[in-house]
Amino acid sequence: MHAFDYKSPEVLAEALQQLADSDGSAKPLAGGTDLIDQMRTGRHQPTLVIDIKKVAELNVLECAGDGLHVGAATPCYRICGDDNVQQDYTALADACNIIGGVQIQSRASVGGNLCNSGPAGDSIPAMIALRGICVIAGSAGTREVPVAEFCTGPGQNVLADNELLVEIRFPPRPTASGSHYRRMIPRNEMDIAVVGVGASVTLNEAGTTITDACIGLGAVGPTPLLAARAGECLVGQTVSDATLANAVEAAKEIISPITDMRGTQEYRVHVTGVLVRRVLETAISRATGDPCVVRPGH
Amino acid sequence: MSNKRVVTATINEETAEFLCEPRQTLLEVLRDSLNLTGTKEGCSNGNCGACTVIMNGHAVVSCLVLGVEAEGAEIQTIEGVSCDGSLNEVQSAFLEGAALQCGICTPGFIMQTEALLAEKSNPTEDDIRFYLAGNLCRCTGYDKIVRAVMAAAEQRQVTTG
Ligand SMILES: Cc1cc2nc3c(=O)[nH]c(=O)nc-3n(C[C@H](O)[C@H](O)[C@H](O)COP(=O)(O)OP(=O)(O)OC[C@H]3O[C@@H](n4cnc5c(N)ncnc54)[C@H](O)[C@@H]3O)c2cc1C
Ligand code: FES
Ligand code: FES
Repeated sequence: MHAFDYKSPEVLAEALQQLADSDGSAKPLAGGTDLIDQMRTGRHQPTLVIDIKKVAELNVLECAGDGLHVGAATPCYRICGDDNVQQDYTALADACNIIGGVQIQSRASVGGNLCNSGPAGDSIPAMIALRGICVIAGSAGTREVPVAEFCTGPGQNVLADNELLVEIRFPPRPTASGSHYRRMIPRNEMDIAVVGVGASVTLNEAGTTITDACIGLGAVGPTPLLAARAGECLVGQTVSDATLANAVEAAKEIISPITDMRGTQEYRVHVTGVLVRRVLETAISRATGDPCVVRPGH
Repeated sequence: MSNKRVVTATINEETAEFLCEPRQTLLEVLRDSLNLTGTKEGCSNGNCGACTVIMNGHAVVSCLVLGVEAEGAEIQTIEGVSCDGSLNEVQSAFLEGAALQCGICTPGFIMQTEALLAEKSNPTEDDIRFYLAGNLCRCTGYDKIVRAVMAAAEQRQVTTG
């Protein structure tokens, strides 16, 4: 690995100052499960690595009246082990439970997953579905960007060189709502998504009509996608096969998958349809109170 | 540019102080500076699990940890699992169950098994296969390894009551 300097600030302002002082030649380090390998292969050669894990704001995991706050550096094992996340933000727990293996989850953060901005990053469609908002801090203050607008291309996002992702905030879970994230991979575990789908659904009191839905798609375009029309076309509809079929078609319309060793374009389009339906079905069941425990690999 | 710094960590319950450059991984430090060569290097990109150690109670791949990140950490490596010079339940079960051939993956599997048993003393086959998914073995195949982990869990329950 190339030589670089290392700092591990404990205060957010200090981390931001170090970032600003380095004029784009520094890289934040959270769990390092992307960055360390990218430095080893020479893809990134920062002169300074700023370990942001000791900054308190980046390590929160808190469910309060205003919703859920997930610090950008909070590792996956804490997120998927958290009762509130499992119960009320289940799609996020589903995603954190399948990122890498146990060793990767000990370190990998959703902030790193998002900032790495891979089209197949598993937490991203889940966070889009849960309507996550990125809280970003820079020398000029803080700003907020929806997760759905954060990634701008493969490996690219809205962050300026002097900005840090501080946390991702999620609105309180509506009553009678449920969510799910699932991906298709050829192996049981430890692989990159061929397609990933996250969805959240809210039902009316009777549990018969969809009052709100949001769908995120991964690995089917240059960035993870918000399938806006697919979600909107479910609103006001009764839960039925025909209703879900409309969402499936609307989701397929916005994707532009590539052909690679994991699957052809045609296959990815088909799998998107299958997954959108299954993920919606699970989110709907969860909205009615059925926990639908998902065991990875099954 | 050499910007070595002193890092202090607890390794296998003893205080260890070492000099390391920020660019060195924990795996390099363990093997090359501390002579703890039981931790193996397979892929050096996080995929094979051969370099698994337990850091602050959690299994991590040491090839994706910087040595400088170990400051103040508590680390357990394969050298720290035996009891007073004799093999512990997990090591014995791997040996008796022929759960290794070339053995390069074994220290990683054993550390990962230790992490699993600390979390779940009586894992199902499913639990084991999920928990060990980040460890690859090119020669033995996984069935014997899974059976060894089950045997180790059973034996440990007998020993610890
Ligand atoms: C074996 C293996 C398996 C994997 N499996 C999966 C998988 O199944 N699914 C999946 O989605 N990913 C997977 N990954 C990729 C990786 O683990 C994830 O993307 C992880 O979430 C990255 O988080 P991190 O904390 O390790 O990020 P880091 O490596 O620390 O950082 C990633 C990038 O984000 C930047 N960054 C980090 N935090 C911030 C911040 N707060 N503000 C600004 N920039 C920041 C860093 O500078 C770097 O460029 C795998 C990786 C490995 C090695
Ligand atoms: S050498 Fe670290 S995971 Fe393979
Ligand atoms: S025994 Fe050779 S790789 Fe596992």
